[in-house]
Amino acid sequence: MLKKLFSVLALVTSASVLAAGGEHIHLDKAPINLQDKASLQRGAKMFQNYCLGCHQMEYQRYSRTFRDLGIPDDVGMKELAFTANKVGDYIKNAAPKTDLAKWFGAPPPDLTNVARVRGPDWIYTYLRSFYADPTRPFGVNNEVFPLVGMPHVLQELQGIPHKKHETQLVDGQSKDVYIGIVADGSGELSPDDYDKAVADLVNYLEYTGEPSKLESHSLGIKVMIFLFIFFILAFLLKKEYWKDVH
Amino acid sequence: MFKNFMNWIEYRMPFMEKMNLHVMQYPAPKNFNFWYFFGSLAMLVLVNQIVTGIWLTMNFEPSAERAFASVEYIMRDVDYGWLLRYMHSTGASAFFVVVYLHMFRGMMYGSYQKPRELLWIFGMLIFLVLMAEAFMGYLLPWGQMSFWGAQVIISIFGVIPGIGDDLTLWIRGDYVISGATLNRFFALHVIALPLVLVILVFLHIIALHEVGSNNPDGIDVKVPNEGQKFENNVSEKFTFHEYFTKGGKKIIVDAIPFHPYYTVKDIVGVVGFLIIFCAVIFFAPEGGGYLLEAPNFEPANPMKTPAHIAPVWYFTPFYAILRAIPDQLWGAVAMFAAIILLALLPWLDRCKVRSVRYRSTLHKLNLVNFVISFVALGVLGVLPATPTYTLYAQIASIAYFAFFGLLWWYSKNEKTKPLPVRLS
Repeated sequence: MLKKLFSVLALVTSASVLAAGGEHIHLDKAPINLQDKASLQRGAKMFQNYCLGCHQMEYQRYSRTFRDLGIPDDVGMKELAFTANKVGDYIKNAAPKTDLAKWFGAPPPDLTNVARVRGPDWIYTYLRSFYADPTRPFGVNNEVFPLVGMPHVLQELQGIPHKKHETQLVDGQSKDVYIGIVADGSGELSPDDYDKAVADLVNYLEYTGEPSKLESHSLGIKVMIFLFIFFILAFLLKKEYWKDVH
Repeated sequence: MFKNFMNWIEYRMPFMEKMNLHVMQYPAPKNFNFWYFFGSLAMLVLVNQIVTGIWLTMNFEPSAERAFASVEYIMRDVDYGWLLRYMHSTGASAFFVVVYLHMFRGMMYGSYQKPRELLWIFGMLIFLVLMAEAFMGYLLPWGQMSFWGAQVIISIFGVIPGIGDDLTLWIRGDYVISGATLNRFFALHVIALPLVLVILVFLHIIALHEVGSNNPDGIDVKVPNEGQKFENNVSEKFTFHEYFTKGGKKIIVDAIPFHPYYTVKDIVGVVGFLIIFCAVIFFAPEGGGYLLEAPNFEPANPMKTPAHIAPVWYFTPFYAILRAIPDQLWGAVAMFAAIILLALLPWLDRCKVRSVRYRSTLHKLNLVNFVISFVALGVLGVLPATPTYTLYAQIASIAYFAFFGLLWWYSKNEKTKPLPVRLS
């Protein structure tokens, strides 16, 4: 009976590993660092310029963003916000929601928590996986999110990305091999700089998903140090009292 | 001055008398091991849930329109709101961790056996109320998994013949899960069930102190006084309440006063627990997606079903049993039976020896079988129900139920080892 159960358990674990391998698309690890304030600031700027037209951050205020990213309020309001905004406002746009849903086939999701829903690696890979596809309404498709309704808003930075195939010699035969997505060079940024810009944006989204992360880690270390000292004292106290028993 | 004040109180309410009875002069066996931390830890987590819950309630808005946004408000705009929320969400899982370990302790050392049947029943009621409490609390953040998880669990009641549909309607207060459901779950979660829980915990402890604590050896520490002598009896050093010594009719052997010996020991357990608890709160509050599930960071959307709906981990052993059976009604029956059988343990186990230390090899193996099948069901309940996984879940379910059947069968004439006279 016991043996049988162990073999079942072994099967369960091996099968789940297989299932996990088959389902998922390969995601690139997002090179992000929440301690890098400059990166977060660049990411915030990118969000305001390229995302906020359609997407919002319904739960994140300008004031919180400025404080956490080390941006003075007046500078932030001038550089990042719309003139009508107040510093305590949520980061929202004025786009008509029903029209957006009509134009793109689905309402653009709120991005405050997107990094917690999808994970930073998914967003990082997604924003670098658009490719030209004339059959789609906006002329682009996406490898990570096939048939996505969103246009490639970062195209002016990346240029027009194409799926590139190469003729390679495989087992003595020349074959057409897909080697990845390559931009045509018409963008403002080099491929490396484009990846860095996307990483800044993902870094910022990771921050907005959980702003408390900036303070929780440093507070957590203090709490852990306190608890370890407390543990030693509590243990010594117990030992002292239990001398009566042993 | 202080003494006069205490006398003034004592004359009107027996405060010190009750403290002596339940704390300072309560005889606790001296051999409690690691497994005996989880009772006091469950109390700690209960207090944590109540206190953080009160502060969360100050900023939470129980309506379909505002619930999700108010949780995000707590996470961003309330000072240390994130800490309160993570203490509460992690506390929910921690509650089940300590309660499961506490229950398993009872199973290992036969703490449900006579005369502790009622104590065990109160414990099982606490477990049931705790599950209801956790389930209703999980709806409140009004995320995708809150909504769809509740949808799945409420629909289980729909399989009851005749009244199923009306029953689910009655639970939801609407034809679908809506703001009406959220509001009533909020009321039940913040006041009704916690009140019941606190009362049950009180009764659990009163029942415990009446029959006395069991211990890893499963033998009594209060023995009838027949003039016999006990060498090196540590209990002789201490004063115990008259209620336990019965005016010399009982001798207390190898027990020590709960306070200070187990209070100082439990503090060590508490700090050890807090080290793990705080590590999760501060460094991994999502618990790899098992404590806070990723789809729950998206507001509830009745038009969009998540790709994979799994209840929170602490429900998955029972959920796996439900899914393992192809017929919905019998699946639900089996799921409830899995819980009720635990409550019936005092009568299913017919052996007179309590502790696993002195019971048969068969019993030890059967206990191992219980742990493996329970954990396997928990893992399978998280995974999608593919044909292969369903087969595994069926095997694990049979193993789970077999534990109870086998126990009932072999415990009648079980070959046990001789019991020691004194605690080891």
